[in-house]
Amino acid sequence: MTERVLFTKEMKATHTILVPTMLPIHFRMVCRTLNHYGYKAELLENVGESVRQCGLKYVHNDACYPALLVTGQLIDALQSGKYDTHKVAFMYFQTGGGCRASNYISLIRKALERAGFGYVPVISLSFVGLEKNPGFKLTLPMLLKGISGILYADLLMDLRNQCRPYETVAGATDALIAKWEETLGEEINGKTPRYSRIKKNYRKIVRSFAALPMDRSVKKAKVGIVGEIFVKFSPLGNNGLEDFLVREGAQPVLAGLLDFVLYMVFDFIEDAELYGMKKRMKPLFKVAYRYLLRKQEDVRKIIREEGTFDPPMEFDKARKEVQDLIGLGVKMGEGWLLTAEMLALIGEHVGNIVCTQPFGCLPNHICGKGMMKPLKERYPDVNIVAVDYDPGATQINQENRIKLMLANAK
Amino acid sequence: MNALPIQNTAVGIDIGSTTAKIVVAENGKILFSKYERHFSRVRAKTVELLEEVKPLLNGKSFSLAISGSAGMGMADCAGLPFVQEVFATAETVKALEPDTDAVIELGGEDAKIIFFDGGLDERMNGSCAGGTGAFIDQMATLLDLSVEEMDRVSLEHTRLYPIASRCGVFAKTDIQPLLNQGAKKADVAASIFQAVVNQTIAGLAQGHRIAGKVLFLGGPLYYCHGLRERFAETLKLDEQHAIFPDYALYAVSIGAALYADGQKKTFSYEDVHDKLVKSVSGAEHISHCAPLFASEDEYKTFSERHASATATFRDPETYEGGAYLGIDCGSTTTKLVLLSEQNEILYSYYSSNKGNPVSVIKEQLEQIYSLLQNRPIVIRGSAVTGYGEDLIRSAFHTDAGLVETMAHYAAARHFNPDVDFILDIGGQDIKCFKIRSHAIDSIILNEACSSGCGSFIETFAKSMGYDVETFSKKGLFAPSPVELGTRCTVFMNSSVKQAQKEGATVEDISAGLSISVVRNAIYKVIRAGSADELGKEIVVQGGTFLNDAVLRSFEKELGRNVIRPQIAPLMGAFGAALHAKSLKKERSSLLTPEELASFSHKATALTCGGCGNHCHLTVNTFANGEKYISGNQCDKGAGIRNTGEPLPNLYEFKRGLLSSLPKTEGKRKIGLPLCLGMYELLPFWHAVFASLGFEVAVSPFSTRDTYSLGQYSIPSDTACYPAKIMHGHIEQLIAENCDLIFYPALTYNVDEHRGANHYNCPVVAYYSELLHGNLENLRGTRFLYPYLNINSEKEFAAGLANCFAKNDPESRFSVRDCREAYRKGMKSYHAYMAKVRAEGERALQFAKDNRKRVLILAGRPYHIDPEICHGIDRLASSLEFVVVSEDSVCHPEKQPDVRVLNQWTYHSRLYAAAQFACERQDVELVQMVSFGCGVDAITTDEVRSILEQHGKLYTQLKIDEITNLGAVRIRLRSMLGALEEKEEKAIAGKEVEKQ
Repeated sequence: MTERVLFTKEMKATHTILVPTMLPIHFRMVCRTLNHYGYKAELLENVGESVRQCGLKYVHNDACYPALLVTGQLIDALQSGKYDTHKVAFMYFQTGGGCRASNYISLIRKALERAGFGYVPVISLSFVGLEKNPGFKLTLPMLLKGISGILYADLLMDLRNQCRPYETVAGATDALIAKWEETLGEEINGKTPRYSRIKKNYRKIVRSFAALPMDRSVKKAKVGIVGEIFVKFSPLGNNGLEDFLVREGAQPVLAGLLDFVLYMVFDFIEDAELYGMKKRMKPLFKVAYRYLLRKQEDVRKIIREEGTFDPPMEFDKARKEVQDLIGLGVKMGEGWLLTAEMLALIGEHVGNIVCTQPFGCLPNHICGKGMMKPLKERYPDVNIVAVDYDPGATQINQENRIKLMLANAK
Repeated sequence: MNALPIQNTAVGIDIGSTTAKIVVAENGKILFSKYERHFSRVRAKTVELLEEVKPLLNGKSFSLAISGSAGMGMADCAGLPFVQEVFATAETVKALEPDTDAVIELGGEDAKIIFFDGGLDERMNGSCAGGTGAFIDQMATLLDLSVEEMDRVSLEHTRLYPIASRCGVFAKTDIQPLLNQGAKKADVAASIFQAVVNQTIAGLAQGHRIAGKVLFLGGPLYYCHGLRERFAETLKLDEQHAIFPDYALYAVSIGAALYADGQKKTFSYEDVHDKLVKSVSGAEHISHCAPLFASEDEYKTFSERHASATATFRDPETYEGGAYLGIDCGSTTTKLVLLSEQNEILYSYYSSNKGNPVSVIKEQLEQIYSLLQNRPIVIRGSAVTGYGEDLIRSAFHTDAGLVETMAHYAAARHFNPDVDFILDIGGQDIKCFKIRSHAIDSIILNEACSSGCGSFIETFAKSMGYDVETFSKKGLFAPSPVELGTRCTVFMNSSVKQAQKEGATVEDISAGLSISVVRNAIYKVIRAGSADELGKEIVVQGGTFLNDAVLRSFEKELGRNVIRPQIAPLMGAFGAALHAKSLKKERSSLLTPEELASFSHKATALTCGGCGNHCHLTVNTFANGEKYISGNQCDKGAGIRNTGEPLPNLYEFKRGLLSSLPKTEGKRKIGLPLCLGMYELLPFWHAVFASLGFEVAVSPFSTRDTYSLGQYSIPSDTACYPAKIMHGHIEQLIAENCDLIFYPALTYNVDEHRGANHYNCPVVAYYSELLHGNLENLRGTRFLYPYLNINSEKEFAAGLANCFAKNDPESRFSVRDCREAYRKGMKSYHAYMAKVRAEGERALQFAKDNRKRVLILAGRPYHIDPEICHGIDRLASSLEFVVVSEDSVCHPEKQPDVRVLNQWTYHSRLYAAAQFACERQDVELVQMVSFGCGVDAITTDEVRSILEQHGKLYTQLKIDEITNLGAVRIRLRSMLGALEEKEEKAIAGKEVEKQ
């Protein structure tokens, strides 16, 4: 068996690390953070049919759609001639766990080999530390900076969804997003600021969005998007679902990426609780959990104080409430978090939900489609549509089903 | 029925996937309605319909709305109001039949269900679902009947066959063998309708019972009385509760008119007409490929090149001597070839088998005999291959039968002795084999779900109003073929729909379909990354390759020229004839002209009572009293009795162990569903609960009925069959009045120290959460599904005691009780595993001593369930294999290096078992994969690569609710054929060395 291609210390200076488009705002932040620490990271921008075709060619067609897209995007980029393929590496984010998604990295490596790029190192960025690379180290300051970036990006994404359906100057929201990305990018590149400064930024951000010219006279239906993390967030994965909803006169509502991080941290606590595994680490995870909750609460608080916008989901409340429906031990894929998000949306009077998943997603049989009946029994007015994403599924089929949901949206 | 609450003039237009409907209503009355196929000319047809109602609308101001999947884009472009079709239907029903409880509406490609009881609930089929009008059309084509004829005969059925209802492709795999085995068309037709009913219930109702007053709408339900009958019978609805209204076709358009009337926005006739005519399709979503041929010249060169690969034909009038007959009784077509001693074709025949291959072949034999009459030609040998092999062999007494893969290789070798890759795309199957050192090295057949084969293009051509030849010719010079994706038929339908919406021409769609078929074969079935992975000397065959567009797409995709013998569709028969010749017989045992004259054939259906499987048998009786029985899963039904010692079969052995667990007594009864993770851990849980003083009830092995019993509450239809069948097991336990039902949530399985972790897959781990949420009947029974650590006595005991304390307070188990139960459980589990391994050793030794081949039938522990594996183990036994299971030969110390994250307990064993197969010459491995198993997308590639690195054959069997073993038999026999040939080569090689 061939040895894994490592990302060596020398490569840090010579190689560009390519990052897939999963959450555009977030991952641009991540790239900036990496660059601050001396790496050269770049977000892949190629999209479209060629990405899908490339994925179909090099990845087992029964594998999940996100694996196919991520791999397709990378190989398509390598074949485009834009890069010196001997001077690039690839980074992907791996959650570990019992879902087949934990095998993305192996699928990407196999595909690279088949496409003749077997020498491209693949870095798996993971909280569980599945693999080591001498040239890449996730340090605590880097992690903290990363978390701060995620919080900013979650806030920007959330405000974008709350403004765009109502903006009176087309493109104004996105222009403001771009401006903030620039400003915050510079901040990431500098010395880590005091937390009070960051909180001031939150407020500035919220106020700047509140100042956008908006027309809220027409009430728009709020539509929650939940689901498998890639197709939930990535326009590449969900055929631009957020844009579609805005075009159809609805307001998309999405919980942020930090919620997923919180979910993963909590799973360690729960593992210790249920199975007595890694008990000694439990206090540490509890500290991390509370730390992250506090950070998220600070953002929520500022949004509440400013008054214009709805604050995002309260993670710990959602976690506690969901236990009546599904056990917190369901920790593969999005697990109980998916159900919790649906429940929280209903609690926030967002009764219209699109539940997205790659075709044949295993965990979603249980925590997505499997929980719709009990949810409907409790809340008969809830209006959920499950949409499967797949390289062969057509937009018309998906949009027709979403339109049915929208026709009943309140 | 209430009056229509429309005040003013309103127009509703419904453009579905295949038909267009218009309704004009005024003052509560419908003035006009029309229903027509639109052959994908969406806008033109709409304008046509509108012009037809001009007299009703002229000079008036009226409201209007468009609905339907194909209407969606058009309404957008024209700036006219749109209403979603299910929403529209609900409006109609609310207005006309407010006391309705549920609506079932089947359309061309969509199926919908609306529940009014307990809050409005509207659903559409997901993206993987057959059971619609298009499905019925396809099935009618398969039966060589029109839909009307199929409907008529279905009413005369006397029995029903189980047919997989998930999607058209699956159903075909079930139906084809039924036809080949001589099942009556009436029975098959009714069974197809039943499959549609089952699909609707399983795929759409998802746990919501369909009861009360049910309204049936849409084209298929309006026209097909057989379908209506199946629905009413299955749902147990009488005439008062199953309503088939006159407006079934127009429910959506009436709803659109109702919606329009409520919107108060009005138009004039000119206004609407203008908007429709002037609208142009919006932004392009679809991508295009390069044209197949840039010029007529290019096509000419191409045609000339392929014309050179030809077989010689000879007029029998000019020939005397021996002749050899090859018959290929394929899934949809029947082919015959008669060869001379010099391999010249004296006679050939190719045609659809019209659902009755026996009569087609009888006619052909008569034809051949009449040709040979008075000629000094003797038929010295005859052989048959293909799906109908067994039937034809026993009907006409051919000298030999051979598996189709071997027939095709024999034929291909005739055209290119160095052939190293053969691809055959037929009506239903894709077969390909790689050849290494003149022996078949690996065989790949399409899995049930991925057939984008010939009959698909045919059905499509028909739906667009062309015959297949004209249709595919149109694609040759298409300027910009559309990109249609490479998924299954249902998805492809939607892709085409989308392309049409965006104005793609028939030419571009035709070429696009050819490209899709090719890409489907290369990337999805063969799973090749590049042309070089296939081979250098490629021969293509099968009816689909007669289509120049498909052939050209294939060459373009590979960037390499290939050989297509002119007799591409006859290759199987040609190979069979060559095989017949190789038998070197003096005279064939084929029925003589006299015997043929008195030949007759009758097929009757009956149910075997030989064992609990109750196989549906088809008994073919021939004039001489001989019988051929098919449909049986074992030899018992076929009337054959085995006398010798049965071959070791680990599947049988494990089932035996599980059913002989001791009976336990107790005051209270706990029920364990025998499925998923419970299969392997049953000895453990059984001992645990016996130790805690329970009477342990275990649900019996599954049957088809188990599935039907629980089908109504399955929320996710694309989950694997082993998971879905669990609903039935729980129902059975509920019916047994258990005090408790238990299926734990085990994130982590038993740690066998093989890989990075020891997970269960998400479905095995958490299915109990789904059962808890969806099985209403379960709410009356205490259902325990604790999260437990099965690897630690301490944690396990604490968890279990806690679970009982919380949910079953009267039991009062202490942690100590649970610790003791755990120890007893583990003892019993380890004893079970040890027995399995010991039996594995015995089986291997037996094979060695008796010179038998060993087959590792690799899957998961729950694949031993007779319904889940459909008796594949017995089939393998009947082919003289010693059958062992993956867990009996995967000793952990032999864990190979794998390139994937090896972190699931069950899956790790597959790699170890593959490694084991590589170490022994007499051991082969076949991997069973349940449809929908996401994890196996990873394991299959890895198991294949382990085997192929060691020069072993890899065979994968995809299994689902499919009940027919025909395809599996072909795979296993192909493998056997390849193995035998390999051995012969090896022996021949050794002899050469000796000399």
